[in-house]
Amino acid sequence: MIAINNLHKSFGDLEVLKGIDLNVEKGQAVVVIGPSGSGKTTFLRCLNILETPTAGTVAIDGHMADFSKPLPKKQIMGFRKQSAMVFQHYNLFPHMTALENVMEGPVTVQKIDRAEARAKAEELLTKVGLKEKMNEYPFQLSGGQQQRVGIARALALEPKVMLFDEPTSALDPELVGEVLQVMKELALEGMTMVVVTHEMRFAKGVADEVLFMDAGRIIERGTPQEIFDHPKEERTKQFLNLIQNADTI
Amino acid sequence: MKFHRNGLAKMYLNSIFTNPERLERLLDIAQSSFLPLLEGAIQYTIPLTLISFTIGLILATLTALARISTVKFFQIIARIYVSIIRGTPLLVQLSILFYGLPTVGITLEPFTAAILGFSLNVGAYASEVIRAAILSIPKGQWEAANTIGMSYSQALKRIILPQASRVSIPPLSNTFISLVKDTSLASFILVTEMFRRAQEIAAFNYEFLLLYSQAGLLYWIFCFLLSLVQGRLENRFDRYVSKA
Repeated sequence: MIAINNLHKSFGDLEVLKGIDLNVEKGQAVVVIGPSGSGKTTFLRCLNILETPTAGTVAIDGHMADFSKPLPKKQIMGFRKQSAMVFQHYNLFPHMTALENVMEGPVTVQKIDRAEARAKAEELLTKVGLKEKMNEYPFQLSGGQQQRVGIARALALEPKVMLFDEPTSALDPELVGEVLQVMKELALEGMTMVVVTHEMRFAKGVADEVLFMDAGRIIERGTPQEIFDHPKEERTKQFLNLIQNADTI
Repeated sequence: MKFHRNGLAKMYLNSIFTNPERLERLLDIAQSSFLPLLEGAIQYTIPLTLISFTIGLILATLTALARISTVKFFQIIARIYVSIIRGTPLLVQLSILFYGLPTVGITLEPFTAAILGFSLNVGAYASEVIRAAILSIPKGQWEAANTIGMSYSQALKRIILPQASRVSIPPLSNTFISLVKDTSLASFILVTEMFRRAQEIAAFNYEFLLLYSQAGLLYWIFCFLLSLVQGRLENRFDRYVSKA
C-alpha cells in the first residue's frame, strides 16, 4: 500500500530525514516511536506533503510522487487524496460544528451532494461515539471529543491510509483511552495506518509493526514483541529504558 | 481677545433667549434645512460610504493577499500602493483625481472621483487589518484545510477568511466609521453631500454655527447606529468562541 524509497528532508542545513525506506502492506498498522527530534513527525508529514521532501519517492496505492524534482500543484493535490491526517492539536475548524467539520471535505473538495455528505458525516460521528455532540462547536467539546471529530473528519474523505501525528499527546490522561479505542477499532477493521505516538501500550496491543526512529533514520523495526521484548540495537534499548523509568517514577 | 469671544458667545445666547423672533428664525432654518441635509446624506454620503467601502474591502483583501504571497512582485506592488496612500493626505489625493487629472486628459465626474479616492484609501488602510487578521489564524488551520484536499483558494474562502473576519470586525468598523466622516471631504471636489449642503445653506443665511452643528449631529447619529451594527456583528461571530 505504501512504498517509501530513500526519503530525505532538510530544513536549510539541518537534515531531518536521512534516507527512509519503508513498505507498508494494506491493512497494516505501523507505529513509529522514537525520541523527540528524531524526525518521526516530519516523516509522517512528508507522507501527506505537509512538508515537501527534498529527495526520494513515496507511492501510496500506486500513486507515485518523486521528490527529486518540484511537483506540480495538481499532482500534490492528487497525491494528498490517498491519505488523511489526524493532528496532535486536532486542528478542527472552530467556526464549524462537529458535523460541518466532517462534511467540509466531502462537500467542498469532493463536491458530494450535501444531503449525502450529511448522512455520511452523521454515520461517522456515530461511529466515533459523538452522535449526541454533532451540532456542538469545537470549543464546546473536550479534547478527546475534538480528536474523535478529527478522526471522523479524516475518515470522511475515504482515504486509503490514515496518518496519526501524536493524536493523544495533547490530551488529559483520562481522555486518552477513548481516542485510542477508536483507533484500535479502525485497525481491526483493516484500515492501513501509520501512527506516531508515545503510547507504548497502544503500540504493543495494536501495531503490526513498530519502527524505532532516531536522528532521521529508522534504527530498528519489527513486531511489537521483537522491539519491546528483544530490542537488538543499543539506542532502542536506551530509549525503551528511559520510557519505562519514567513510568515507574 | 478672550473677553471679546466671551462677549460674542453671550450675545449669541442672549439673542436667542431674549429675542423670540431670533429664536423663531433659527428654528425655522433648522427645520427647513433638515430635509436638504438628509437628502445630501441619502443621495451622496451614504452611497459614497457603502460603495467605497465595498470596493475598498475587495481591494484590501487582494492587497493583503499580495502582501503575504510568496511572489516578490506582488509584495512590492502592494507595499508601494499602501505606502503612497497612507503617506499622502486624502484631500490631496482627491484633488489630484478631480482637479489634477484633467490636465492629462482624464476628466472624472465629482462622484466618480470621490468613489475612486475613498476606495483606494479604504483599500490601503483595511489591507493592513486584513493582513494581520489572516496572519493571526494558526498555521494548523491551513494544514488541516490542505490535508482534506483543499486548494489555496478553497482554504482561504472556507477556512481562513471566515475566521479572519471575526478578528477584523472591530478594526474594520473603525475604518468604516472614519469613512463616513471622511466623505465630507468630497465637498471639496463639488460632490453635494451632506456637509456641502450645510455649507451652501449657511453661505446663504450666514447661520454657520447652526448648520455645521446640525451636520455634525447627523454624522454622529450615523456613526452611533453603525457602532450598534458592529456590536451585533461581533455577537454573531462570537457564537463559536468560548465565552470563558
